[in-house]
Amino acid sequence: MLRLVDLVKQYKTGDRALKGVNLEVPDGQVMALIGPSGAGKSTLIRCVNRLVEPTSGQIFLNDLALSALGQSQLRRARRRMGMIFQEYALVERLTVMENVLSGRLGYVGFWRSYLRRFPQSDIDAAFDLLARVELDHMVDKRADELSGGQRQRVGICRALIQDPELLLVDEPTASLDPKTSRQIMRLIRELCAERRLSAIINIHDVMLAQMFAERIVGLRLGEVVYDGPPEGLTPEVLTEIYGEEDWAETIRKVDEDSDNQGEDGAAGVDHETPSLDRDRLAGMT
Amino acid sequence: MSKVHTAPRRWSKPPLIKDSRLRWFLALGGAVYLALAFGTMDVNWGRVAEGIPRGLNFIAAFFPPDFVTRWDEIVDGIYESLWMTVTSTVVGIALSIPIGLGAAKNLAPRWVYLFCRGILAVSRSFQEIILAIFFVKLFGFGPFAGFVTLSIATIGFYGKLLAEDIEDMDPGQAEAVRATGASWFQWLNYAVQPQVMPRMIGLGLYRFDINFRESAVVGIVGGGGIGATLNTAFDRYEFDSAAAILLIIIAIVMAVEYSSGYVRKWVQ
Repeated sequence: MLRLVDLVKQYKTGDRALKGVNLEVPDGQVMALIGPSGAGKSTLIRCVNRLVEPTSGQIFLNDLALSALGQSQLRRARRRMGMIFQEYALVERLTVMENVLSGRLGYVGFWRSYLRRFPQSDIDAAFDLLARVELDHMVDKRADELSGGQRQRVGICRALIQDPELLLVDEPTASLDPKTSRQIMRLIRELCAERRLSAIINIHDVMLAQMFAERIVGLRLGEVVYDGPPEGLTPEVLTEIYGEEDWAETIRKVDEDSDNQGEDGAAGVDHETPSLDRDRLAGMT
Repeated sequence: MSKVHTAPRRWSKPPLIKDSRLRWFLALGGAVYLALAFGTMDVNWGRVAEGIPRGLNFIAAFFPPDFVTRWDEIVDGIYESLWMTVTSTVVGIALSIPIGLGAAKNLAPRWVYLFCRGILAVSRSFQEIILAIFFVKLFGFGPFAGFVTLSIATIGFYGKLLAEDIEDMDPGQAEAVRATGASWFQWLNYAVQPQVMPRMIGLGLYRFDINFRESAVVGIVGGGGIGATLNTAFDRYEFDSAAAILLIIIAIVMAVEYSSGYVRKWVQ
């Protein structure tokens, strides 16, 4: 279980990105974190594995106080938290296999990793994961030869091979087309269920959040303004999170296709125009 | 739509310097200084006219290049220059890696950064010839002085470019590797090295080529190598041998240039 207590982050510029956030994520729960740009979503998940140092407050992962760890303990703790990034953040000049195995860096010594002599169990795990996401025929391709969806699947493997308890997912679909976005979100949810992982997923796309998360937390200006089930996202709640806008469309469409797999075909047609409003596009079944 | 006739609104590109007085002052000041600078240049045209045939004689003395008479000295000089180049490039690059890492703002704490930038600034502020004169005084005539000179020059060049390349790397990839719990050296090996490697290999070859050319220059002030041979040839008025040496230097530089282009394409 992950527990945030009074988490505050103030950047050097004076911006208060998080203003005392309290949050509990039980084991096995997939939680979506929504909110406008600048609400502090990225800051929040980066405070959890301390890529960003929180200003004050506490973070517990199963009673381990992450916020109080020294550097080497922090590295050990980071192994238990897999992270998936916007724009994939694969090391582009490394191969698919090297990228996946880099998820084991916290477990192996320097020379082993330097010589790329990982334990056989790690290599087996990497092959299994790559097979699970249907990329085991591409192990020696360089990461920059892959398509967006393939790269994100490699990113997911890199996070999972860490054998994490918690997934921190930062805008996993921001640079993907609507069809691939759904596939990636579905994959993340399935893998979380298979491995009993909890996950925090930052996501801009309200509809995807509703489709794939069991709990939604709305963040606005560094404060939690909504915390509840996906069905609870009424136009009033969305206005509270994002500000005034006509939300009726968004919500109605979600209800229509929430259990309809056929939408992939229609959404996939528009590969060249991913900049179209994805909420609307996805509803055109 | 009803048309409202108004005077057309004018637009022109905003000037680089807003204040028009400052703009004119800078333009006029620049022009005046340039005119004065050209004015102080003292050209004796009679002397130039006399010099032209002398220059032509000098060039004519290069032909035909004589590879044969001093061949043994030339070969010795080339060998000496080549080993000077290889050792100084390798040692210089090896030393510049820790300094370059320390001089990258996104890697090093501030005091390390300032210290390493200081080393780079000092080693870059002295031109090779000045360093060479100093080291020839220190170590005596010969290729060792040349080797030290070129190593130090390589540190300044390579360390600075390495640091800048690291500062320009994609922070997303670096962050992702850090998030796995990697140690600092693992992070360097998995996140930083793959991003900077191709450019660094290219620059290493480029520096090899520079060091070879510079080895001819440091030889002239006593640093050994082909430069020493070249200097001797000039001192003995053996311009045909000097021409042969120059042609060999050009050929070697071209060979390095072509092969480095090939290697760079291969490592991309």
